[in-house]
Amino acid sequence: MIRIQARTEPSSIMKVVSPLLAITLTLIFGCILFSAIGKSPTQALHVLLIAPLADSYNIGEMFVKMGPLLLCAVGLSLCYRANMWNIGAEGQLLAGALGGSAMALYFIDSESAFSLPITLLAGIISGMLWAAIPTFLKLRFNSNLILTTIMFNYIALYLLIWAVHGPLRDPQGFGFPESAMFADSTLLPTLFESSRIHLGIVFAIVSAFIAWFILSKSHLGFQIRVFGSDEPAARYAGFSSKKLSWFVMLFAGALAGLAGVSETTGPIGQLVPNVSPGYGYSAIIVAYLGRLHPLGAILAAVFMAVLYMGGDLAQIEMGIPVAVVSMFQGVLLFFLLACDFFINNRLAFSNQATN
Amino acid sequence: MDSDLIVQILFAAVKTGTPLLFIALGEVICEKSGVLNLGQEGMMLMGAVVGFLAAYGTGSAGLGVLAAMLMGCVMSLIFAVLVLHLGANQVATGLALTIFGTGLSAFIGSGVVGQTIQGFQPIAVPLLSDIPFIGKILFSHDILVYSSFVMTFVLMFVVNKTRIGLTLKAVGENPHAANAIGIKVLRVRYLAVMFGGVMAGISGAYMSLVYTPMWVENMTAGRGWIALALVVFASWRVGRIMLGAYLFGLASIMHLVLQGLGWSISPNLLAMLPYVATVVVMVIISADKFKEKLLAPRALGKPFDPRQMA
Repeated sequence: MIRIQARTEPSSIMKVVSPLLAITLTLIFGCILFSAIGKSPTQALHVLLIAPLADSYNIGEMFVKMGPLLLCAVGLSLCYRANMWNIGAEGQLLAGALGGSAMALYFIDSESAFSLPITLLAGIISGMLWAAIPTFLKLRFNSNLILTTIMFNYIALYLLIWAVHGPLRDPQGFGFPESAMFADSTLLPTLFESSRIHLGIVFAIVSAFIAWFILSKSHLGFQIRVFGSDEPAARYAGFSSKKLSWFVMLFAGALAGLAGVSETTGPIGQLVPNVSPGYGYSAIIVAYLGRLHPLGAILAAVFMAVLYMGGDLAQIEMGIPVAVVSMFQGVLLFFLLACDFFINNRLAFSNQATN
Repeated sequence: MDSDLIVQILFAAVKTGTPLLFIALGEVICEKSGVLNLGQEGMMLMGAVVGFLAAYGTGSAGLGVLAAMLMGCVMSLIFAVLVLHLGANQVATGLALTIFGTGLSAFIGSGVVGQTIQGFQPIAVPLLSDIPFIGKILFSHDILVYSSFVMTFVLMFVVNKTRIGLTLKAVGENPHAANAIGIKVLRVRYLAVMFGGVMAGISGAYMSLVYTPMWVENMTAGRGWIALALVVFASWRVGRIMLGAYLFGLASIMHLVLQGLGWSISPNLLAMLPYVATVVVMVIISADKFKEKLLAPRALGKPFDPRQMA
């Protein structure tokens, strides 16, 4: 008979195996789903996994999608480590896109070398501001961070839609809800010829290493880790929960804001209503899949970006609705959470039930 | 502003508040058992799409509601197994449920976007609908609105006056003590989570069968999240949820009111109102730390593992 037995110590092997197992199970689920709607599972797997990495253009696009996912996920990893349930990366990203775009439009006739750094800074500050409000409301008024950050996602979205219909709309744009195209001086440089890969991916990877350094090498990171694993102990040691909360939230807001402004000054080149296909929400799954570890997030963001690419290709080549991506993301997180059960538990095979 | 307009606005507030009422009633029961399900938005969307598909296919709005209830229940079971049996983090599992439901509903509903159906028709309640003001505001709706009234009063009675209510609260306040006196904690929590799923399903069906009536991707527009705030607003009391739902309903149709007053504000800015109102209300309610600690179920969000007992 098979029984479930609690492990005496959490399994460090399972911590690594669990995400891989979850990805495998999600792919199996995908095959079953595609057969159910009459598509060939092997073709589906090819479109979802192989095709996104098959040629240099697609690999480039994969990196373009990976940038914002990773930036948001790195910030969220730190937040979740410190038990700050920030679900607001999407809103912070949109705020960054909005603030950065307003600055880029201010520099529309400028050729100054400072326009780009100032534009990026405006995006970063907008993202931080958008994270600061819910943080303040939580620390000062004890309001629920999950719900306020979600509400701020919706508020940011409508603010952005309002801006592209109103103050930031291109006067020569025939009334379309879009801003004017930004000047070259405020566009992020691309890294290679004939590819859209831009500086955003460099920001993302550098930020992951900075976060890793903070978390594992600095005293601040030590405090975050203690806080996440044993709050009473952290308080006993005299760590300030307010200071840590502010730090992780502003850090996450800054990175999400940078993700937003990098999208508008990078591949898009203007402010449009649909800046993000839900990157801020997907980043939650990236953070979990990367085990809330900034470097783990890099690998998880690659997988998530491939999934996004696969979704696009599945729509183009097989006529499958692109919503399939967010469904797979949900399933992936379900499987991950289920597999994580075996970090603290194991199956025991025995003939007799012992107690 | 004349009285006709006021009646129309309040009528619309009740109609807009009804899906919030259904889903928040489900969530409050779930939270009273100590389980926080952040998957409301996902369950609601699945209820909306499945309800619409069933009504579209069979031509019967009633069957649509039944299908939506069933779907909500199935969705909540995924959550229940992960959280109650496998001890998964409630916040992460709820988020996964919402992301999954958002994607799956858009996926299976892609074929019927923009189709319309014959939803529920309004039925004026005899006698009651003739009462001046109140009659028009409360008693000239459709059958689902009336069932939400009945549901609220039944739940108020069950939670406050019966043994079932006592068991539910015991499990949410102190699962260990409840377990010690022989209550099956996990069974109670399963039922509470499933009830939440069924109610979220009805709420979604109300959106796609009565409120619009059609299916559009993401049509619930955050109502599942607002319902979670509503439970906090109501301090986990069933009766207050009804009041709160209509107030939130009023906030979401504020643009009608402002138009009535002759203001002209961009509709995109007005669209923020329900979300801003939610934040403001939560700040006011939660500012009193002592009060909230006293009112929230004490074991809310905390897992219970019966194996650690014995």
